[in-house]
Amino acid sequence: MSSTWMTTRAWLLMLPLLIIMTAVIGWPMIDTVRLSFTGAKLVGTGGAFVGFDNYVKMLSSNNFQRALFATTWFAVISVTAEMVIGVLAALLLNQQFYGRAVLRALLILPWALPTVVNATLWRLIYNPEYGALNSALTQIGLLDSYRSWLGEPGTAMTALIVADCWKNFPLVALIALAALQAVPRDITAASLVDGAGPFARFRFVILPYLAGPLMVALVLRTIEAFKVFDIIWVMTRGGPANSTRTLSILVYQEAFSFQRAGSGASLALVVTLIVTVLAVGYGMLVRRTAGSSA
Amino acid sequence: MERRSLLVSVFIYAAALLLAVVIVAPVFWLFVMSISPAADLVARPLNWWPSAVDFSRYATLLSSIPNSAGANFVASLVNSVLVAGMATLAAIALAVPAGWAVSRTPSISWSLSLVIATYMLPPVALAVPLYMALAALGLLNSVFGLALVYLTILAPFTTWLMKSGFDGIPREIEQAAMMDGASLLATLRIITLPLAMPIVATSALFAFLLAWDEFFYALLFTSDQRARTLTVAIAELAGGRVSDYGLIATAGVLAALPPVLVGLIMQRALISGLTSGGVKG
Repeated sequence: MSSTWMTTRAWLLMLPLLIIMTAVIGWPMIDTVRLSFTGAKLVGTGGAFVGFDNYVKMLSSNNFQRALFATTWFAVISVTAEMVIGVLAALLLNQQFYGRAVLRALLILPWALPTVVNATLWRLIYNPEYGALNSALTQIGLLDSYRSWLGEPGTAMTALIVADCWKNFPLVALIALAALQAVPRDITAASLVDGAGPFARFRFVILPYLAGPLMVALVLRTIEAFKVFDIIWVMTRGGPANSTRTLSILVYQEAFSFQRAGSGASLALVVTLIVTVLAVGYGMLVRRTAGSSA
Repeated sequence: MERRSLLVSVFIYAAALLLAVVIVAPVFWLFVMSISPAADLVARPLNWWPSAVDFSRYATLLSSIPNSAGANFVASLVNSVLVAGMATLAAIALAVPAGWAVSRTPSISWSLSLVIATYMLPPVALAVPLYMALAALGLLNSVFGLALVYLTILAPFTTWLMKSGFDGIPREIEQAAMMDGASLLATLRIITLPLAMPIVATSALFAFLLAWDEFFYALLFTSDQRARTLTVAIAELAGGRVSDYGLIATAGVLAALPPVLVGLIMQRALISGLTSGGVKG
């Protein structure tokens, strides 16, 4: 069989997928770019060409800067916490103890919970009048009176981050655990003979095996965290006082609540650009880490 | 295994207990809320253990009395199943030929990389044109429209899974069949597809759960019982003025059941799928 025919045949088999992807991703992406240079509204016709007005207006607005800060804060803190807790959980699960298999199975639980259910669950836990957190903290004497954890700008973001971490650290833990099990036993044994302490052992013997897979987890989690919408929408809708309004929430409000499709599109593209830069930068980092540790 | 001192053992068991409590307590509390009498849930301090076990909320939500909370819930449940089911079928139909083509023809694999790269696009970047297009086509608030949009998420994911699945089926088997005179289509139907069925099933299951979890597009593109999915219905319950917190918890438990059961049963497949890319780098 000729290789030209093989290639043609392969393209033919790809065709349905490519057509659908062009229709539901490619075209909307291009149309978002077009819209971002117009004053289009979500419904109705019109929307004259306005050049870079939307971009200038959005990027210089206080709302955008606050949302960018909120998103970065959310992403950095929650992903860092997930990585640390995930690795610690994996190190623990890599030890031998009774009940290890059960604990490992339970790790799937938070991660399998739908995001909206997770958000709803934590919203109930943080409830200002009857929530479990208020009740528990008051009962053990750490809290004098009930607080509105999601209703105060000072605590809302932290409360969200805790809920997000609880759901997502198991993913990091599972990836790290699989990597740990790939560390050859004789290497750890040899490092013991050589007198390496637990920290030296982690840093020089175990970490090189973990680095590659953890980088992949870091990339995936960071991209997800920068796109965050669901958990915030269900728990706070960006409030109180816009303290948890991330970029995706801001785009939603601009394009759908205020129906300003043009400026919403420009904002969406800025978000896309940030995520793309992150992904490409991380991708290069992953390749370097994979190269150096393999 | 290295010998451990008593102190280290105590530390390990304490840490394991802490981890178990952290993981289980919130989920268990969700279940307890769903079976506690309403009065227990508005007590100060809370009644941590239900004074009486009350499963009636499950019956309430799963009943189909018109205009009740149950009718709304059941309608959204049906919509979720319909949307996730249709989107999954369509995604698999696209992914099987595409995955096979890429697996057997490495020279075109860049096209799959392009498709997978769309994963990093935030949904907000596509939402406005998709909204306008669905409105123009009369597909807003329709399970068909939503299923079509879900292909943006499901199709790249399933194609990638199918491609790695086909990679594991030796092409020599196909070549042997063709040497014996079978046509390409016959070879695929008789040899390759049956071997790929477990991967097709796994991909379909994951795709279904992905659609089951989806919230953003469902929130934007549906508005009432005709198409509103479970995630949107639960978010509305959670954000609305429902006086019985137990009812919200019950809806949560019911929506979480399918993915949690699948997660616990399919653990091995899940973890190996999750980590194969990660560990190999």
